Amino acid sequence: MLYREAGDFKTSYVADSQTFPIKFDRFGYYAILAIAFLGIPLVINDYWANSIVVPFLIYTIAALGLNILIGYCGQLSLGTGAFMAVGAYGSYKLMTAFPELNIIFVIIAAGVITAGVGVLFGLPSLRIKGFYLAVATLAAQFFLIWLFTRQAWFYNYSPTGMISAPTREVFGFPVTGPRASAVSMYMICLCFLVASAWLARNLTRGTLGRQWMAIRDMDIAAEIIGVNPLMAKLTAFAVSSFLIGISGALLFTVYLGAAEAGEAFGIDKSFLVLFMVIIGGLGSIFGAFAGAAFLIVGPVMLKLLLVNTLGWPTDLAAHLEIMIIGALILVFLIVEPHGIAALWRTIKEKLRLWPFPY
Amino acid sequence: MLDTQSDEGYITADGRKIGGVAMEMRNITLRFGGVVAIKDISFDIRWGEIRAIIGPNGAGKSSMLNVISGFYHPQEGEVIYKGYKRPKMKPYQVARQGIARTFQNIALFEGMSVLDNIMTGRMHHMKANMLQQALWWGRASREEDENREQVEKIIDFLEIQHIRKTPVARLPYGLKKRVELARALAAEPSILLLDEPMAGMNVEEKEDMCRFILDVNDEFGTTTVLIEHDMGVVMDLSDRVVVMDYGKKIGDGTPDEVRGNEDVIRAYLGVSHD
Repeated sequence: MLYREAGDFKTSYVADSQTFPIKFDRFGYYAILAIAFLGIPLVINDYWANSIVVPFLIYTIAALGLNILIGYCGQLSLGTGAFMAVGAYGSYKLMTAFPELNIIFVIIAAGVITAGVGVLFGLPSLRIKGFYLAVATLAAQFFLIWLFTRQAWFYNYSPTGMISAPTREVFGFPVTGPRASAVSMYMICLCFLVASAWLARNLTRGTLGRQWMAIRDMDIAAEIIGVNPLMAKLTAFAVSSFLIGISGALLFTVYLGAAEAGEAFGIDKSFLVLFMVIIGGLGSIFGAFAGAAFLIVGPVMLKLLLVNTLGWPTDLAAHLEIMIIGALILVFLIVEPHGIAALWRTIKEKLRLWPFPY
Repeated sequence: MLDTQSDEGYITADGRKIGGVAMEMRNITLRFGGVVAIKDISFDIRWGEIRAIIGPNGAGKSSMLNVISGFYHPQEGEVIYKGYKRPKMKPYQVARQGIARTFQNIALFEGMSVLDNIMTGRMHHMKANMLQQALWWGRASREEDENREQVEKIIDFLEIQHIRKTPVARLPYGLKKRVELARALAAEPSILLLDEPMAGMNVEEKEDMCRFILDVNDEFGTTTVLIEHDMGVVMDLSDRVVVMDYGKKIGDGTPDEVRGNEDVIRAYLGVSHD
C-alpha cells in the first residue's frame, strides 16, 4: 500500500524525470545511503571487509563501467581485465613517481590514463561490431598483459615482477598498504562507488546517454538522425574505461596491496565482470550492483551456509559452491534473460498494483 | 550564392504561402556498381510546400531520399541547399543542417522509451559538454528541462501523451510511425523527409497521419518531402509531385498536371499494345 505513484503529483519536468519517481523508492535510497555511510563502518571487521564488502564495491565500479560500454552503447568488450590492469599499473607508477600526491588524485588520474588507453583500443569499433569487436578487444587483453609482465619499466624493475602499493593516507587514515584498517578501506571504496554510480547515472540519463543507446539500438538510423558515431562510441569507451581504470586502481592499491598483471588481471577478470553485467542486467545502473552482488557476495554466502552452518568439509563445499553458482546463473538467465534488473523492474511493477491488481 | 531561379513563391488555393527554392537537385545520377538507381534527375523543393515523390516499386524514390539525407553520395550532379552547393558530408552533418527524416521500415530505438526517442531527436539543441553532463550541473540539467518542454509540445501535438513513458518495443505499428514522426519533428527541421509514412496502415490511421502531416505543415511551415504509394493520399496532400520510373523522372508538377501526364499513366496503368 505504500508503494504508489497515485497522489504523488509531479508539477515540473525535473520532478518527473528524477531517478526515483516513487516516494518509497526515494526513501529507500536515502536509507541505504545512510546505512552504507553511517551504519556499516561501525560494525565492519577485517573478515567482512576483505571477503565481501570491499571486493563487492570495487567490482561494482568495474561493472558500471562495462555496462556503459555493453549495456548502453552496445559495444562488446573482453578487455576489462587489461583495462583494470592499466588502472592498477597507472596508479602504481604515479604513486612511486609522485609520493606526495594524494591517493585520491592518483586513482582519478589512473582512471584518466585508462580512459585514454580505452579510446585507443576502442578505435576498431568504428569499423567492426559485435563478436568481431569482442575479438579485437581481446587483443587489448593479451597485448596489455604482455606489456605489463614483460616490460620491467612498468613494475619499476622489481626482481619479483610484482607491484606493491606503499602506504598512503587520506585525512591521516592509511587507506593503502598493510596498516590500512577495514573501515578506511571500506570508506574510500564506497566514496568512489557512490561517485561513479552518480556519474554513470547522470551520463546515461542525458543527451550523451541517449546517443549511446541510439547507437546500440540502431546505429545506421542513429547516424542519419544526427548522432556522430565516432563521438558516441569513443566517449562510451572513454567513460567505460575511466570507471574500469578506477576499479583496477582500487583493486590493486586498496584491496590486493600487491599484484602481478597476468595473475590479478587475466582474462578470467574480463569474463567475471562481463557475467556481472549480463546477469545484473544490460543497460541498467542497478544491474551493475545486482550482478556484482550475485557473483561476489553469492559464493561467500554459500560457503558460510555450507561450511559454517551445515558443517560440510571445506573442499566439498568449494566444489559445490561453483556448481550451485553455475546452476543459479542458468536459472536466472532462463527465468529472466534481461538480468536481475529486469526481474526487479517486474516486481516493482507488480508491487505498484498490489494487492489489488485489477 | 549560386544562381537559382529565385522567384518569390506564390500563394496556394487554400491560402498557404509557398516560398522560394529551398533545395535544388541538379542532374543527380546515382549508381551501385553497374546498376543505375537514379538517372540524371533534377527538381527543386520550395520552402513551405509538401512535395511528393511517387513511382512504382524500384523506381529509385527511397534512393532519392537517401541522397537528400546524405546517406548516399551521387556520382554525378549536385545538391543545392539554401542557395549553396552542398559539399560531400556525413549523414549526421546533414541532419545538423536541419534535415530530419523518418524511415520506410520503422527505425526507432526499441530499447528506449517514447520520451527518450523523441528527446534523441533534439540532440542538436543540447550543447552541454561531457563534464557538465557527468556532474548534471549548469547547462546539462537546464537544457534537459528546456528541451523536455519542447518535446512535450510535440507529444501534445501528435496526441501521444498516454504512451510517453512506454518502451517503444511495446507499441503497435501505427503508433510507432507516429513516434517516429515525433522524433523527426523534435529536431525542428527545415526540411522533413517522410519515407512512406502511411505504409501498412489502416484507413483510420492513414487519415490521422494525413491530418498530422497537414497540421505540421500548417503550424510550423515545415517543408515536407513525402514518398507514398497511396495515390489518393498523395494527390490530396501534396502541392507538387515528382514522378519517377526506372530511375528517371517522367513527370513533375501539380497533382492535376501529373494526373494528365501520359508517361505517368503509362507507368502506372500500362497501355495497350495495339
